[in-house]
Amino acid sequence: MKLQRSGYLAAGIALTATLALAACGSDNESPEGGSDASAASGNCVAGSLTAQGSSAQKNAMDEWIKTYQGQCADAKIDYQGTASGAGIQAFIAGTADFAGSDSALKEEEQPQADAKCPGGAALNLPMVVGPIAVVYNAEGVENLQLDAPTLAKIFDSQITKWNDPAIAAQNSGAKLPDSPITAVHRSDESGTTDNFTKYLSKAAEAEWKYDHAKAWKAKGGTGAAKSDGVATAVKSTPGAISYVELSYAENQDLQKAKIKNGAGEYTELTGESAGKGIEGAKIEGTGNDLKLSIDYTAKTAGAYPIVLTTYEIVCSKGSPKAKELKAFFTYTSSTGGQTALNDLGYAPLPETIRGKVETAVASIS
Amino acid sequence: MSLLERESAGVVMTPDNIRSQKLHPGLNIGIAVAALVVGMAVAYGFGIGNYVLGVVLGVVFYLVGLQIVAGRIEGRRAARDRMWKTLIYAACVLAILPLASVVWTLISKGVGRLDGDFFGSSMNNIGARDPDGGAYHAIIGTLEQVGIATLMAVPLGVLGAIYLVEYGRGKFATTVRFFVDVMTGIPSIVAGLFILSFWVLIVSPWFNNGTPRFSGFAASLALTVLMLPTIVRSTEEMLRLVPGPLREGAYALGVPQWKTILKVVVPTALPGIVTGVMLAVARAAGETAPVLLVAGGAAAINFDPFAGGQQSLSLFVYQQAGDASRYAPARAWTAALTLVAIVLVLTVAAKLLARRNSLSK
Amino acid sequence: MGDNPSRSENATAGDLGVTGRHARGAGTGVSPRSYEEPPFGGGGALPKKTRFGMEAGFKGLSVAAGAMVLVIIVAIAVFLISKAVPAINADTENFLTYKSWFPNDTEPKFGIAVLAFGTVLTSIIALLVAVPIALGIALFLSHYAPKRLATPLGFVIDLLAAVPSVVFGLWGRDVFLEPVRNFSLWLNEYFSWIPIFGGDGPFGRSVLLGSLVLAIMVLPIVTSLSREVFMQTPGMNEEAALALGATKWEMVRTAVLPYGKPGVIAAVMLGLGRALGETIALALTLGVVFNISFNIIENGGNSIAANIANSFGEANETGRGALIASGLVLFAITLVVNMAARAIIYRRREFRDSAA
Repeated sequence: MKLQRSGYLAAGIALTATLALAACGSDNESPEGGSDASAASGNCVAGSLTAQGSSAQKNAMDEWIKTYQGQCADAKIDYQGTASGAGIQAFIAGTADFAGSDSALKEEEQPQADAKCPGGAALNLPMVVGPIAVVYNAEGVENLQLDAPTLAKIFDSQITKWNDPAIAAQNSGAKLPDSPITAVHRSDESGTTDNFTKYLSKAAEAEWKYDHAKAWKAKGGTGAAKSDGVATAVKSTPGAISYVELSYAENQDLQKAKIKNGAGEYTELTGESAGKGIEGAKIEGTGNDLKLSIDYTAKTAGAYPIVLTTYEIVCSKGSPKAKELKAFFTYTSSTGGQTALNDLGYAPLPETIRGKVETAVASIS
Repeated sequence: MSLLERESAGVVMTPDNIRSQKLHPGLNIGIAVAALVVGMAVAYGFGIGNYVLGVVLGVVFYLVGLQIVAGRIEGRRAARDRMWKTLIYAACVLAILPLASVVWTLISKGVGRLDGDFFGSSMNNIGARDPDGGAYHAIIGTLEQVGIATLMAVPLGVLGAIYLVEYGRGKFATTVRFFVDVMTGIPSIVAGLFILSFWVLIVSPWFNNGTPRFSGFAASLALTVLMLPTIVRSTEEMLRLVPGPLREGAYALGVPQWKTILKVVVPTALPGIVTGVMLAVARAAGETAPVLLVAGGAAAINFDPFAGGQQSLSLFVYQQAGDASRYAPARAWTAALTLVAIVLVLTVAAKLLARRNSLSK
Repeated sequence: MGDNPSRSENATAGDLGVTGRHARGAGTGVSPRSYEEPPFGGGGALPKKTRFGMEAGFKGLSVAAGAMVLVIIVAIAVFLISKAVPAINADTENFLTYKSWFPNDTEPKFGIAVLAFGTVLTSIIALLVAVPIALGIALFLSHYAPKRLATPLGFVIDLLAAVPSVVFGLWGRDVFLEPVRNFSLWLNEYFSWIPIFGGDGPFGRSVLLGSLVLAIMVLPIVTSLSREVFMQTPGMNEEAALALGATKWEMVRTAVLPYGKPGVIAAVMLGLGRALGETIALALTLGVVFNISFNIIENGGNSIAANIANSFGEANETGRGALIASGLVLFAITLVVNMAARAIIYRRREFRDSAA
């Protein structure tokens, strides 16, 4: 029968093609960029880890995984940048060995997560500091300077023109256009919005009437979905202003505003200034749970105030992958692990906090 | 035919429509050029738009001009005939423009990363600063997941359709048919959620020492759920089109019903069934959300569909499209081109196969 | 998409080939040993008792497959309802009328109104754009184009129906956005007195973009189904019209269109079904904003499926339940459309049988 003959033929071709494909696949086993050879050596545990969560720390994770796997041949780690909420849900369901999240576990999530850790509790370990850039697209305006109350008014549609006196007062000499401001916000829920509104609600208490939340609650403005959507919207809309993680701002070459910090200086966003921004952070959690509370009005000189801390959520005890987790996080919380992220748009943890994270990781069993 | 009786009133023989004067082709072109010039002049002259508006206005003026000129030479009805013909051709051009743009974009943006590295390596050990990295793991994942899903969905779907057409009577068949209709409306992510709660969280711990885990097979299950209604419905339509006398002829020869179905009904409907299956496969290959939910996605190569996270091409496209690396968009486009190529090759192969075995041609 | 009751002309006229194939009796995997040549004459031609084993077996198999389909769907339905009901109960606002989506708050507030509106709006605009063009192409392929051009072109249109939606979404976001934004700016400049083209921007990722991308995706489906229907117009009808002196267009209007009308309506309904359920392409192109607005060129627009894809990541337990509840509403909408299409297809079949 023709059908069968050609069917076999097709199956044969498909099989051959699959085999041919199978023969030549590579997992990029010896990464070239795996600098800092000492970072993970002597600290390897063979085994695999599956994790997902915040997309804000995806680039950091990729970099860490690359170095770690380069050092430890038998280790296999997979991190999917789905979203903080999805990461926590996966951790609670047991499909993720750890979760990356832009905010610490909520009260109602804590007991559910603890249930996955027989004999222990789920810890929030701060691991990466990601600065949030205030990006804008206004013709002829460079080095825009803004303070928190102005930002709050812009995003609440109280300031609607670029040459508003409030903006002009902070940018003497700049030629501000007489055009409307389009305030772009994330239309989907996100940790970036949560941390940005947290900043506004603390640093501009009087002006920002909305609490912080992952969903955008303020009036007016226009929405865009996902970080890349926000970045493209700002890039393509004259008069737009928004907030986005630093790496997206840099990929689209967007202009970043200088933000006034607690010491009264307008600070440019750099890795260093963002690191200083988190220096005054206080630890809210108890014991090894290192939930941070950032002081957005701290008077640290040279600090960039709008930063988000992303956490790793892990079991203090009782995880079947405790050994693998411990080895991996020992590397990420080491000085080497932190400095590996320098030019990726992240800031290293301040030394005091990093030390505590290291201690907490060491106690995982 | 009642319809001709009803409409024939409008078709009245007059000396006008037998008149054989034709619009000279040169005049036709003349009208077109003049209309285009006027359109451009209006668009630029008044400064209200660019060449696109000029062309659009040109087409409008051409239609009006043609209607007037042809109306005088050929008569009103012939002129209307010309107008509709022009509109139909215009519709064709209008539709081909965006579709051609899709194809052109796919190719022009896709060739950027069309290299050995892309097809020979995975995203394992690729950081945001690394320009290389590939979709090898995703291609493997797509082939395995869609392949397994097809193996499960096709027999089930075709048999289900056979039941509906050949055996199904009464309430039960009506219920099945109703729920197949319901099933076509399942958003893909909801199918993914179902498999997540049912397979990944409840069943998979049995095979994995009590801890749930992602697998490519779970993605296949979700894709099966999505393919099933498509296959059942298209197969059902095709089986129904098989003429009754064919079946009766077989019965008259003493062939039992099951054999009639397998050897007369199904082969007759085969080309249509294959087309339906191919459309279902194409849809499954393009699904993103369920794969992310139940296969977990992965950066490294995983050949085993039953253990551990697996990537798929469409998920890869979606992830790379929103990634924070400046090298990601190029990867997304090349992966999209690969995905389209795989789906098209499968579709063309199936269509040719079906045509060769087509019993009518 | 999916159902193509279209390849009918291949499928129906199979008489000669079937007999040949049947005589050779291969290709099905059933052991030929169970098959005996029917003896001559009388009652011997009736199936023997032994064959009832296969008969019952095969019937059982197909009934089992039908039941399996039913089991899967009922399982999904039960699962969905069991997840959706607690979420709707936890909702502190009216699920049907509230116009925002905050299901993850400690006091969940969410409503389907905006999403259902957006879903229907984008789908309807998509069809308004796609259907006239699709019918034009279908007529071109069936009655105007020379056969040498029509066959490959029809093949290409069929292939386009198989292009995955993520590809259209990516194209809409990266390429089509620019012309649509320019067009929106132009519309806004000259026609802002019409409310749907009003507003003061930004433009681009709007209902218009989403609908146009959807239209492009729906186009091949409506085209290929309508073309099949138009080609099945009985030659007699067409010739009769021409013989009465009708021009080609008059022939199309009096013979082809009335004959194909039910089929075209079914095709449109199927296209609508795909447009309603489309996820990724809309998630990539719409602005995903929660408000009810008829302005189609300003950034905005939302749909049930796109919202599920976009909000899923940050959803907690109640949030997921809320999304599933919205999925149930999509179900209901799609179901109505599908059943209408099915009813029309059946009517059309009777119509054609009597006409032939």
